[in-house]
Amino acid sequence: MRVTQGTFSFLPDFTDEQIAAQIRYALDHGWSMAIEYTDDPHPRNSYWEMWGAPMFDLPVAEARAVLGEVRGCREAHPHHYVKLIAYDASRGRQTTALSFIVGRPPHEPGFRLERSEAHDRVMRYGLHSYATEQPEGMRYRNGTAS
Amino acid sequence: MNGLEHHAPTPFAPVGSSPQAPTNGKKKDRWASGVTPYAEMGYWRPDYEPQDTDILAAFRITPQPGVDAIEAAAAVAGESSTATWTVVWTDRLTAHENYQAKAYEVTPVPGRDNEYIAKIAYDIDLFEEGSIANLTSSIIGNVFGFKALQALRLEDLRIPPHYVKTFQGPPHGIVMEREYLDKFGRPLLGATVKPKLGLSAKNYGRVVFEALRGGLDFTKDDENINSQPFMRWRDRYLYAIEAVNRASGAAGEIKGHYMNVTAATMEEMYERAEFAKELGSVIIMMDLTVGFTAMQSMSKWARRNGLILHLHRAGHGTYTRQKNHGVSFRVIAKWCRLLGVDHIHAGTVVGKLEGDPAMIRGYYDTLRLNYVPENPENGIYFDQDWAWLPAVMPVASGGIHAGQMHQLLGHLGEDVVLQFGGGTIGHPMGIGAGATANRVAVEAIIQARNEGRDYFQEGPDILEHAARGCPELNAALQVWKDVTFDFQSTDTPDFVVTPTLG
Repeated sequence: MRVTQGTFSFLPDFTDEQIAAQIRYALDHGWSMAIEYTDDPHPRNSYWEMWGAPMFDLPVAEARAVLGEVRGCREAHPHHYVKLIAYDASRGRQTTALSFIVGRPPHEPGFRLERSEAHDRVMRYGLHSYATEQPEGMRYRNGTAS
Repeated sequence: MNGLEHHAPTPFAPVGSSPQAPTNGKKKDRWASGVTPYAEMGYWRPDYEPQDTDILAAFRITPQPGVDAIEAAAAVAGESSTATWTVVWTDRLTAHENYQAKAYEVTPVPGRDNEYIAKIAYDIDLFEEGSIANLTSSIIGNVFGFKALQALRLEDLRIPPHYVKTFQGPPHGIVMEREYLDKFGRPLLGATVKPKLGLSAKNYGRVVFEALRGGLDFTKDDENINSQPFMRWRDRYLYAIEAVNRASGAAGEIKGHYMNVTAATMEEMYERAEFAKELGSVIIMMDLTVGFTAMQSMSKWARRNGLILHLHRAGHGTYTRQKNHGVSFRVIAKWCRLLGVDHIHAGTVVGKLEGDPAMIRGYYDTLRLNYVPENPENGIYFDQDWAWLPAVMPVASGGIHAGQMHQLLGHLGEDVVLQFGGGTIGHPMGIGAGATANRVAVEAIIQARNEGRDYFQEGPDILEHAARGCPELNAALQVWKDVTFDFQSTDTPDFVVTPTLG
């Protein structure tokens, strides 16, 4: 299965050129950029690992530098999800403006929906990521650290 | 202030009551028993400077033949504040000038016969803090049936920050909703389950599942799906939440179904909302028909319990649509932002329901911006400072499809829920395919916009290109390519654009 979090998950994976175009759009708005990665893609996992600190005050001409960071994170974590985040600090927003996946593990096993029957036909649900059956750092690679 | 002469007004005296005017040619004493023109009782104050704390109203008035526009405006001010039809001495026990609403400007509407915009100021002390029921009872409570007027429309209200701050507004607001759903940078996508009546709970859940798994963020109960004999609310909720969780697991992203909690009594609404919460639903909905007090109660419940609150504006067309009578939707939008909903249906521009593009822009600005400047082109009569009250996510629903995605983004922007009911469920390849077509279309248009392309003009090309890798989108573009709803709007701005010469 394909995890469809992020702004562009229903489109074919972006080329680096396409990623750079989105970075230019974000920088042109004065947004800061951040890169995060995880091997726990549960939709309620709000805190992915930060790839360094967010990058503030970059001019549009620095789009290539951001793309370099994306590549660096992907290379260091080829078995992780990597996302690129544009953040709008303006008053009234102060939240993410754009966030899309720029790196995925080669194989995405997906989630098991766990049900437990409660009272009066009420069901309790939980999402279990198959990958998290392995310890952190050993996921998406058949259980072996690489 | 305006070009109107104030003709000696005829008071609106009932037949057989006190004489219409003194026969000696002198003005009647303000406090003499009997009927005095409203304009002469202090309700017409052309010299009045509105205070920062005043609530200001813009009414469109259509006086009956022979009724002076200024006297009509003063009557509206009077009847929406302290006045009754005759002089009462008990006014003298109060600082009455403070409580009297004051019509301070009356302007003829360009290009409209016998229509005037009357601006009226109300002291903030006239209104109970944090009560839309009270605000509406005052301002639209009594005046709309007034015999001396042919028609009356409340066009806009300026709510000062002093009064805004007596409300908490949306339970979550756009920012919190996006963070809660983990969805950024694009419109959210939804669909209303169709047919809206008749499906059994299990079949209903099938539509929810297919639409969500196909790529939508939300599905929705329709306004009139409450708890009918063919499908009771509890059964619907159980199947819908199964569908939501299955789809969420299949996609690895948050999804939701708006469970309609509209019911006959508050007790039943709370019972349904509590059950939605117990099931883990991220969102509930209600209909405008439940009334302002019920909506405000549900708003507080939704904030307390962490569920997003969607509002379907069922019934609004009965009083918002006609240009000369009723209440403009921009006023309803303001009341709903104050009383606190996270979503409200606010028009599509391109779909099947009434909506002039400029007017809808005004509604969307009112719901989303922190400061909305006066702008006659969009029907905005006053500056509105929301004092950082959270924003409401507008919802566009009714006769829209994937082939219009560039127009929808262009007219409505990014902070909006686009709801494709027929445009998902009516897809020739199935419900899931319809959902996928919509999701691919919105992502492709956002990508193109961000890349700096003129997506509004190039929209059809962008979509066609995206459809080459997506048979679902291709089929949607084919089947609905010629569907438009091009009718004249009944409610348009009065602003007249002066052509630039030379």
